[in-house]
Parts: sequence; C-alpha cells; structure tokens
Amino acid sequence: MGDRLFPDTGEGKLFMDPHPDKAREFFRGKSRAMVDKTMTVSEAVSRFVKDGDYLAVGGFGTNRIPTALLHEVLRQGRKSLGLSGHTATHDFQILAAGGVIDRVDVAYVIGLEARGLSKAARKLFEEARIEVCEWTNAALAWRYKAAVMGTSYIPARVMLGSDTFVKSAAKTVTCPYTGLKLVALPALYPDVAFIHVHRSDIYGNAQIDGITVADFDVARASKRVILSTEEIVPTDHIREDPARTVITHYCVDAVCHVPYGSYPGNMPYAYFSDEDHLREWLANDSKPETLRPFLEKYIYCTKDFSEYLELCGGEAKIEALRRKELLR
Amino acid sequence: MSEHGIRYNAMELMICLAARFLEDGRTVVVGTGAPCAAAMLAQKTHAPNLTVFFEAGGIAPLLPTMPISVGDSRTFHKAIMASSMIDVMDACQRGVVDYCFLGGAQIDMYGNINSTVIGDFQKPRVRLPGSGGANDLASLTWRTMVITPHDARRFVPRVDFITSPGYLTGKGAREAAGLPPGTRPYKIITNLCVMGFDDDTCRMKVESLHMGVSKEDVIAATGFELLWPERILTSGEPTAEELDLLRNEVDPMKYIIGREAV
Repeated sequence: MGDRLFPDTGEGKLFMDPHPDKAREFFRGKSRAMVDKTMTVSEAVSRFVKDGDYLAVGGFGTNRIPTALLHEVLRQGRKSLGLSGHTATHDFQILAAGGVIDRVDVAYVIGLEARGLSKAARKLFEEARIEVCEWTNAALAWRYKAAVMGTSYIPARVMLGSDTFVKSAAKTVTCPYTGLKLVALPALYPDVAFIHVHRSDIYGNAQIDGITVADFDVARASKRVILSTEEIVPTDHIREDPARTVITHYCVDAVCHVPYGSYPGNMPYAYFSDEDHLREWLANDSKPETLRPFLEKYIYCTKDFSEYLELCGGEAKIEALRRKELLR
Repeated sequence: MSEHGIRYNAMELMICLAARFLEDGRTVVVGTGAPCAAAMLAQKTHAPNLTVFFEAGGIAPLLPTMPISVGDSRTFHKAIMASSMIDVMDACQRGVVDYCFLGGAQIDMYGNINSTVIGDFQKPRVRLPGSGGANDLASLTWRTMVITPHDARRFVPRVDFITSPGYLTGKGAREAAGLPPGTRPYKIITNLCVMGFDDDTCRMKVESLHMGVSKEDVIAATGFELLWPERILTSGEPTAEELDLLRNEVDPMKYIIGREAV
C-alpha cells in the first residue's frame, strides 16, 4: 500500500468556471422582475437549454424529480450536455438512455439505490463514452453552496487521502488560521437547473414540502432555473406561509405546470414511486434492442408528459401511488 | 444457524450484532437495508434515544416501513426535521455524528472501501455508482461500520480504487492526509465474524467468530492476512426478543432479512 501517492491536486477536469466575477456579471444582467414565467415544458426547454449546457437536477434521484423536463430534453434532441451527478439515479438513467450527456461530475450515478444498476448508464463509462470527474455528495452540495455565497471555493474535510480526490478536480489548501490541510472545493455555477416543486406562483416563488436535499442551493447557484410544479398557486397563498418558500422568483426563468411531474419518482405527501415502472426501465435499458423501442414508446412517441402518464396508467395509477404514499 | 433452539439467518445475526454497537444517546447516519434495520432495532431495544439521520435530509423519523431510497418520504415520516443534505453533512463535519454504516465492492486490511470502479478508472471493467455520501461519512463521522458478505473477492489485498478512506496506508495516514483526528473505521460485521482494527498497526483484526464458523473458514474467505487475538470470542447470538422485534416490527415485510426468515 506504500506506493499509493496522494497528490495535492486532483487529475480530473474542472468542467465549470468557478470565477465568481463571471457569475456576478451574469447575475447582474439577469431579470429580477416579478413577471409571469409560466410556459409549457416544451417552450421552457427550447428557450433555456442549449446544446453543451451543464445541467443540475433537483430532488434526489427518484424523489421529487423533474421527469417531464428530463424527457423533453430527449424529445428535443439536445446533445453534449454536462451533468452534476449529485445522487443522480432515475434522472441519470433517462439522460444516459437518450445519449444526451458527454460529461459528468460524479457523486452517485448509474445505480438506482436498492433497486439495482442501469446497464445503459454503466456502458457509457465502461466504453469510455463520457468524461468523468469524481466528487462526493457533500462535495457537490458544498460546491453549490460556494456558488450561492458568490465565492470561488469552499474549504472542507472530505475526499482527503482517497482516490476520489485523485480523480476529482479539487485541490488542497492550507488554512491560514490553523495550518490545517483542507480540500478547496471549487464553486459550481451550473448553466441550467431543473427542479420539481410542490407549488409555485406564476413568478417562480416556490415551496417544497419535506426534505429540500440541495435544492435551496441548486436554485441559487444556477444561471437559469426551470421549475416544474405540481400546482400553480396565487402569490397570496405563498405569502400565507413564507417559511415554506425555498425558491424565490429572481432565481427562476420558467414555471411549468406539471401535475404528477415527479412520476415515476416519489413526491412527498402526494404519491409514492412506481416501483413496477422503474423495474421496467431497468429491464429494458439493459440492451440497445429493447431500450430503443422502450424510449420510442414512452418518450419519443409521446407528445408530452401527460401522454406518458396515460401510457403508465394515468389517474388510476396515481391514485394507487397516492394511497401507498399516505400509507392507506 | 441454530443454538439454544433459536433459529436465525446470517442477515438477522449481522443486523442484531450491528445494532448492539450503537450506544444510546448517540447519532448515526444510515442508508437503506441492513444499516437502517440495525438502527431501528437498536432504538427498539437498548438505544431508544439514538438519533437517526438520512443523508438526503431526514432527521429522526418514525419509520413506518423500510425506506427504498435514502431520500424517499419514509426517511422523514413524522421526523423531527425534514432538512437538507447540507445540514446532515455539516453535522458530520462539525463532529456531531457518531456512527455511519457503509458497504462496497472491495475492502482492504486498513478498511479502505471501493464503490467506484473494478479495473482501470478510464475504461473500467465494472463501473459502480461512486462515492455518493460514503466518502463524506467515512471522512467525517467518528466511527465507521461496515455490514457485508464475507468472501475473498470482496476482502482484497488492494482495492482497485479508494472511494472512501479507512486507515489509508496505516497508522497516522488519515491525519497526514488532513482527515479529522479521531475519526476511524470501527467494526466490520460479516456473515462469518466481527472484526475491528489493531491499535498499533491499524490492520483489520478478528474479534469474534459466529457460532459454527472456524478460523479456517474466515482465512479462506479473506484475500489478505488478518490479525487474530490471543483468545477468539464467539459472537453473541440474537436473542428471542431481538428476533421478535426484527421480524415483526422492524422488517415485517422481510425486505431485508429475507423471505426464509421465520
């Protein structure tokens, strides 16, 4: 084991510029106006997602995920996207299946936790068809936080001594106060974020019920933010309970009304994950000859998310998942 | 396995042994599966005041069923707080979290864990999910535990990739790398034995063999040389009370302990 070397700089590629002045310049020009930002998923993706963009996805893999927005990226044939793989499970599976990503900051990808591993996603790595930089869940969460703070890095005590560090784009620094060796995590300012929420007004003032995962920070760190929401509510409704507000209008570019938009993922207090459909995904993405017709059926040949939902069982299915969520 | 007329399987034994290492009044970050079951069992036995965290933000839930994801709604069912990943990871980095449980495809004699790649990093033979929160928890919580099947493909002389740090290259290596002093790999609980780490060499050391398991069985299932104590203990068996709670309250659907469990 003595031949292991632990360098002060990771070998990985830093995909996004952490310079805070460039971010400030961008945010300086971003509209803060409370204007109606409601639009269709198709319009939001076509206006705010460009080929080559670096994407951050809210929620937690199969929980409160923006499925409709992810599907639309495939439908519109975006390519060469980068991704922050911050516990990216079904979200990663969709993007990998569509072949739309070519680089990823990995904390957790490929797996669907206890459900198994996506073979299509795995092949991207095993055939070296994707640029990879390793991080950890906390590292990516703190990289967003550094961006939220408007700085260029944040010090932390993870990754040190590991190969996760060696294959990252992190560097170590010495603390000027204590002399401690710390990892300097570069700020991560994604080009665009997709976040699914419980309710939003037409301006993008949005509330999340339950754990927020990293979404408070994802919404603030990202240059453009597209929300999908279970419900559109009047601003007065948001004002009645402002402690629940997680995302504010001046972060948001588009608000898309997508009921059941986290399906087949779990939406806390609303519907549980559809384990049967997630199993169908895992079974079909194991081979190109089954993956292609599967994607045709559910994504490329559906007009929008509501058609997909109908194919999967529509309201009756959602009602069953609601009962499961509410333990009835 | 059976002794004193009580029948149990290897998973039930591992969960019961892991639960006993969780002291009351402490904090633990768990994932889904056996670690979650161990924490729940500890709460129902000797550690009612054990605070359970899930890394996606669930703090001290009253779990109604086994979660399927560390971020699903069960992980904050009737919780003290539905928080965020940053809050949980900050707590770990502040020194507030006592235990975590990890798993992995490979582990070496210093407790370093690989959950990233088998083979070459650039073009791996098998790509695995990566660190997730594992590196964070292994770096920051005071005591890291592992519950894992025991075989020579898993217990290897050299892991292909150190995803999460154990003792790295031996004594002092964690501190030299900059990891917080006093954090360490603590117990490895397998279907054959319980292992800890030698204070001087930081190498994995057998503490107890499960009933019916021989030293030779463990040696054959381990790809590196283990340290052995002068007197090898026998692991305690699950009690009737523990098994009853595990089967009827912790995992009544038998998701983790298996359908064959009584």
